[in-house]
Amino acid sequence: MSPPMQDALVKTNFITEEPHAPAKHLVLWRPTAKTGLISWLTTVDHKRIGFLYGISALFFFLVGGFEALLIRLQLAVPNNTLLTAEQYNRMFTMHGTTMIFLAIMPLSAAFFNFIMPLQIGARDVAFPRLNAFSYWTFLVGAIIINLGWFMKDGPPNGGWFGYTPLTTKTYIPGHSIDMWVMGLQLLGVASIAASLNFIVTIINLRAPGMTMMRLPVFTWMTLVTSFLIVLAFPAITIALVELMMDRLFGTNFFEVSNGGMPILWQHLFWVFGHPEVYILILPAMGIVSEILPTFSRKPLFGYPIVVFSGACIGFLGFGVWSHHMFTTGLGTVTTAAFALATMAIAVPTGVKIFNWIGTLWGGHLRMRTPMMFALGFVWLFMIGGFSGIMHSAAPADAQQHDSYFVVAHFHYVLIGGSLFALLAGIHYWFPLMFGRKVSEFWGKLSFWVIFVGFNTTFFPMHFLGLNGMPRRTFTYDANMGWNDGNLISTIGACILGIGIAIYFTVMIFTYFKGERVGRDVWDARTLEWSLPNPPPEYNFAVIPTIHARDAWWYEKHHQEEIEKEKAAHAGAEASHGGIHMPFPSIYPFLSAIGILIWAVGVAVIDPSPAPGIHLKLGMVFVGFAFMFANVYLWSLEGADGYHLHPHEEHNEPSQQEAHQ
Amino acid sequence: MSDAAASTAALDPHHDATTSTGIPNKKLLMWAFLASDCMFFGCLISTHLIYRLHPPPGNPDPREIFNPPLTSFSTFILLMSSLLMALAVSAIQRGNVRSMRHALLGTIFFGCIFLTCQVYEFSDFVFDKHMTITNCILGSTFFTLTGTHGCHVAVGVLWLTLMYIRSFQPAEGTSGNAWFLRNLLHMALFVAAIGLSMYLVLDLVHGLQAAALTAALPAFLRRDALFLAGAIVSYVGLNLLGRTRGPVSFNEANAIDVESMGLYWHFVDIVWIVIFTVVYLLEYI
Repeated sequence: MSPPMQDALVKTNFITEEPHAPAKHLVLWRPTAKTGLISWLTTVDHKRIGFLYGISALFFFLVGGFEALLIRLQLAVPNNTLLTAEQYNRMFTMHGTTMIFLAIMPLSAAFFNFIMPLQIGARDVAFPRLNAFSYWTFLVGAIIINLGWFMKDGPPNGGWFGYTPLTTKTYIPGHSIDMWVMGLQLLGVASIAASLNFIVTIINLRAPGMTMMRLPVFTWMTLVTSFLIVLAFPAITIALVELMMDRLFGTNFFEVSNGGMPILWQHLFWVFGHPEVYILILPAMGIVSEILPTFSRKPLFGYPIVVFSGACIGFLGFGVWSHHMFTTGLGTVTTAAFALATMAIAVPTGVKIFNWIGTLWGGHLRMRTPMMFALGFVWLFMIGGFSGIMHSAAPADAQQHDSYFVVAHFHYVLIGGSLFALLAGIHYWFPLMFGRKVSEFWGKLSFWVIFVGFNTTFFPMHFLGLNGMPRRTFTYDANMGWNDGNLISTIGACILGIGIAIYFTVMIFTYFKGERVGRDVWDARTLEWSLPNPPPEYNFAVIPTIHARDAWWYEKHHQEEIEKEKAAHAGAEASHGGIHMPFPSIYPFLSAIGILIWAVGVAVIDPSPAPGIHLKLGMVFVGFAFMFANVYLWSLEGADGYHLHPHEEHNEPSQQEAHQ
Repeated sequence: MSDAAASTAALDPHHDATTSTGIPNKKLLMWAFLASDCMFFGCLISTHLIYRLHPPPGNPDPREIFNPPLTSFSTFILLMSSLLMALAVSAIQRGNVRSMRHALLGTIFFGCIFLTCQVYEFSDFVFDKHMTITNCILGSTFFTLTGTHGCHVAVGVLWLTLMYIRSFQPAEGTSGNAWFLRNLLHMALFVAAIGLSMYLVLDLVHGLQAAALTAALPAFLRRDALFLAGAIVSYVGLNLLGRTRGPVSFNEANAIDVESMGLYWHFVDIVWIVIFTVVYLLEYI
């Protein structure tokens, strides 16, 4: 194929007009930059915001991975002195917090942002500026949590679960916990704002014919996850508010000497914390439910059951939180009830696994890299699920609690589960996002190195845990019988690190030099693949009409019908003024800057000595005023936009040619 | 999108043809947010109840602290503000901007009465009944819970005020920097009027509690002459800015904005019904 021909395939073949912003007054200017720094700060395009989430998440993923490697190196041999106990505490606290809130959640959010609107045939999310605000607030929260690295108080050291009374002022007087509290609070605001946006988008912005039971499974899982976030985060918000009140204003919520009950923190935290587990895994299940049918060349087996299982997991996820607290002495009836609920939640999860197997069964399997990661997900997630069911039995859990068995379990679920699916998703959608494809050899090599490294790291931990090795302990004695397991585990962690390094090096190489591919490189089934790559900013030149569950598959096999329909719709849309595009806006970004100012004031500035309290109150006041001013200007500038008239060229090669 | 909707002749406030379900996006967003806020208050109220069920020794008896007549009064005022809010939504759905403004001002007024009562109540509890946020667990949970609710009411009042001011934005073509500056002035006057009024009322009430009317009133006038003058100026200013000049851009198409705000306001009222019942009334059973 000649190079110009390739370019025509890869580059979007739409001709667009430049936007003309109407003249506005001095404060309410609308930015129109399409490239450069300003365009990224002011973007309201869900795809660009998705990239911002993705880049941030991958950065923090590498930071969290580095922390994990330090933890493993410390534990490689008994009585090691690489890290002090204090440094070790900071490492495991920041590793957990970073991986959960700053790596996996935003990486899922990156896919929600980029893929979900494309899958439902929408041109953007329902509230584009709110979407930008969610990202910038997320980034502010991430910055606040990590500020400690550059301060004398150091990064947070109370564990990602922040159990009281350890995290009260009595035991950790410095600002490290204040930063952790304030950072998580802001991440909650960002997550809730983003989720509200996704809920409205999925319910209200579906293309004609896209009924709820025709939604791609990834979009369904986005919806369920969004509801989980909206309903679960308030619990941790309140827990953090109470802890913050204790630390800043001397209230007694967790102050035992005045009647406070630390167990309340555990309940509030896990009422959030357990749904959070499903917030991490459901998007992954959605991604895998997209990849397996594509590479099996079959529709997803039992689509309604997969959807209902996902929703069922979401519901049950709110009723199992106390299984994190079996050893706190809840009482027999409570413990039994939560044990049963926990066992019950394994049922819809198992149903999903069988549906995935049913999808593979009799399919024409194509073992491409995304498929390898997706199959790795099914297998490893299943192992994590099995050890999870072992925990659900309260008597067994009493033995496993706070041991490395638990560490093995949740890393199988979070790395083997969530992360493998997210890595699969990056491979799967990379051609759509960038128009290039990762080489199969390097992709599969990274898969095998990651797979081997992961299992070498975490499988021995099952045995270490059952042999009594406790979590969150910075070293151990040589005569405990844990030496071999730990050494193997550390070697595995290094292999895993090498695998991740290969994975990302190959990604960066592919971004610049990878093989260029045309539309729909995997011969996929869902609507996002109907777009040229990278997709134009308005996504769909003509809003598609949906005739079947696998919408793009139907379009590919009913080309004449679809052509006619699109021509008619394009005419109708042009007569209504063309495609409405929202203007970019700087105010979401500036509002987040205001939040950064007051959050630093609240969390970092000492009220004493002398100028401290004035500086603290001053920063809080200035930050709030700046935030309010920008939110107000945001509302005044309004949801204005401009119109585009894309003209599709009709000399496009057929899908099959593009595929070769 | 709202421009296109505005140009369509007959507007149905309960149906948005541009969405898949016909429910306007803003309404759906607000309902989902309120679901989230339910969990938020649910956790706070649970915290309060748990500590009421397990009070530490020395925890004060709430019946010796609470002032049921005052709280009943402010509860009644808050509930009545919901009626005015509903009238505002109904007015703008019929395109009656003037009537909507009156109902919004009434809602703001009632919201401010509630907030003033709460400030009075808090100062009474802290200074006269000696229950602070730090000296007992009841104080911690009570002030945090009712204070958070008070913040929600305050945000609601702010939102109502901004919506009221926005309803004066001139129709397209006449907008410019002049309107923007008038808008800022309008906001500043509102802040001054509300802040000064609340302060003056509270100061007068405290004065009357300390001394008889004949002694308290002259002292109040002497003490607060400047603030009183400021309040009068800001009310005159609000009155002047509140006069309509020419056509405004605010119309039936904005009904959804007012309605979303109304949903929030009603929700905050419902939360207060729960708080009033659970935190105050249950103590007297």
